[in-house]
Amino acid sequence: MTVRIQSEDFDIAAELAALFAGRDDMGAIVTFSGLVRGGDVTAMTLEHYPGMTEKALQKIEAEANARWPLKATLILHRVGRLLPGERIVLVAAASQTRHAAFEAASFLMDYLKTDAPFWKNEEHADGTSAWVDARKADSSAKARWR
Amino acid sequence: MRIRYFAWVRERVGRAEEEVQPTTPIATVADLADWLATRGPGYEAAFADRNRLRVAVNQDQADFTAHIAANDEIAFFPPMTGG
Repeated sequence: MTVRIQSEDFDIAAELAALFAGRDDMGAIVTFSGLVRGGDVTAMTLEHYPGMTEKALQKIEAEANARWPLKATLILHRVGRLLPGERIVLVAAASQTRHAAFEAASFLMDYLKTDAPFWKNEEHADGTSAWVDARKADSSAKARWR
Repeated sequence: MRIRYFAWVRERVGRAEEEVQPTTPIATVADLADWLATRGPGYEAAFADRNRLRVAVNQDQADFTAHIAANDEIAFFPPMTGG
């Protein structure tokens, strides 16, 4: 189980290679990566609550491990100012078979969206900026796991 | 009591964190929010609509009914938007 918060970019292939280095007990690994969407958004700044962020993500990870027979999990989240196309988040779940890995990766993302203390501020082409409101769709996505 | 503010709550209050010694008896997060809201227009604006605020006590999610003590760290912020 790994949780990491950083401002620097990450290399998806390198992160995954590190996850299964020296292991032969994983049959399936599902990953999700989130990127900054462009369009009207010219930059996005991610703020977080150092200390609580790690604690909240570890709790989410522990919950996933309690629900599915996972061999490894990874949650990597960037903070600071990011430009469209840049990587924001990487989530991976490894298990012996694919179903647990798919479900756990989805669960980790749904919980991360609503339960980890991150806040997004978007800059727009006209020079204005605004805090992103929480989406109802995200809390209903989380509710399906109850 | 150590208070921390994030996102637009931080912007409205005008600071990221502070040590406070409330002048009224504080038993719950709601009591603290009531007192903080009296500290100026920025605070009043930040605490105007509690439905838009989320709370953490000692870095765990809590709500306005949570009991708090002098050494606690209490944070106020909008609903989270990670991922």
